[in-house]
Amino acid sequence: MIRVELPQHLRTLARVSGEVKLDVADPVTQRAVLDALEARYPMLQGTIRDHVTQQRRPFLRFFACAEDLSHESPDALLPEAVASGTEPFLIIGAIAGG
Amino acid sequence: MSKVRVLVGTKKGAFVLTSDGKREKWDVSGPYFAGWELYHLKGSPVDPNRIYASQCSGWFGQVIQRSNDGGKTWEAPGGDIKPGPEAMKSASNKFVYDGSAETGKPLTTHQWYDGTQHPWEFKRVWHLEPSLTDPDTVYAGVEDAALFRSSDGGKSWHELPGLRGHGTGPRWQPGAGGMCLHTIILDPSDPKRIYIAISAAGAFRTDDGGTTWKPINKGLHSQYIPDPNAEIGHCVHHVAMNPSRPGVLFMQKHWDVMRSDDAGDSWQEVSGNLPTDFGFVIDVHSHEPETIYVVPIKSDGEHYPPEGKLRVYRSRSGGNEWEALTDGLPQSNCYVNVLRDAMAVDSLDSCGVYFGTTGGQVYASADAGDSWSPIVRDLPAVLSVEVQTLP
Repeated sequence: MIRVELPQHLRTLARVSGEVKLDVADPVTQRAVLDALEARYPMLQGTIRDHVTQQRRPFLRFFACAEDLSHESPDALLPEAVASGTEPFLIIGAIAGG
Repeated sequence: MSKVRVLVGTKKGAFVLTSDGKREKWDVSGPYFAGWELYHLKGSPVDPNRIYASQCSGWFGQVIQRSNDGGKTWEAPGGDIKPGPEAMKSASNKFVYDGSAETGKPLTTHQWYDGTQHPWEFKRVWHLEPSLTDPDTVYAGVEDAALFRSSDGGKSWHELPGLRGHGTGPRWQPGAGGMCLHTIILDPSDPKRIYIAISAAGAFRTDDGGTTWKPINKGLHSQYIPDPNAEIGHCVHHVAMNPSRPGVLFMQKHWDVMRSDDAGDSWQEVSGNLPTDFGFVIDVHSHEPETIYVVPIKSDGEHYPPEGKLRVYRSRSGGNEWEALTDGLPQSNCYVNVLRDAMAVDSLDSCGVYFGTTGGQVYASADAGDSWSPIVRDLPAVLSVEVQTLP
């Protein structure tokens, strides 16, 4: 079970509170987690990754286990602690603008 | 008794203002989508409880919202389908430019600020225009400028590529607010005729339901572009039409207020005695097609009313002769702007006129502009105002 923390605005959009828990088959990568998240919550498509390029939106970042994973390959394996559900995969909105 | 429902989009959410036909006491609900920019909300003329909203954010991009109960509750169209592979087909916020071979001219660039060519990049939906006949059909004007249509209630969107592909597209360039398609007018007398306007490309018309388009900018004169009388490149701010006279159009250009009596084929300036003919909004009285409204703004460098006095100007002669409407509006130290989609009229017997400001006020007049009062004073900056007249 993968744990995902969404920014507040996306929790509101997806109508969830707290962490989202997802079943993700191995290998657990950024792309696999986001695919599972968007399949479960279709309204989140396009809000984290661009619809066409699948690139991370510029003002969002991915963190886990106290590391910034934003620039990792979307197909790189996520830390074992994320894959095992010990640590959440964090999607963070940049603190910018007003 | 009739009611009115005013739909207000702001920099930080949407608000719904409702009143009975007297338009004296108002209920205010919202913010909906708190914290997001709501560029535009508009209800279906066929089913007033069906309202579409453009919700966007610099962080999370574009979201389309839809209400089926007059704005009480909202959903992202298609967002309620069951999880699984089918859900991945949901695309209510997916605006992908048509680059297919069928368009004949796949178009990938437009003019950038420095004169070079720049790829088309979707940024946001500026304006949503529901069909006059089908509540599930709605048009979206987007930045970078293009026209999209949904015929499934906003679940999926498809570009009408003939607009970008008709030939002048590579010469379009962004205005200061971006290269946005901000005005969509559906002709009630001819379902195949649509008018649109783009900053800074100009106005365009289709007579075949959106397959082919032509620029309709003859008579526009813009001293700030290399050829002031060019076929395209004019910074049109807004266009308005009275449905009873669909061939007559009124335009607030960057500078100049214009009118056309031949469906945009030619334009004449009607700025007349306005204190300044710069501005953003323009609208037409719902029962008097020669009565029009503008809010003059000092200049392109100073986006606030001249002399710090917020004045709506009304012409009862279709332009040229204008009177200032000031009763109830601040006449000192007022430095707000009124953005291009932030004025609307209702269709009650005594025409109501509404506009919102970047200072967060929404003003209403129940007597066609003779007197004004604020419905609300302290909303976030107002981006758009639409009104629905309800039975």
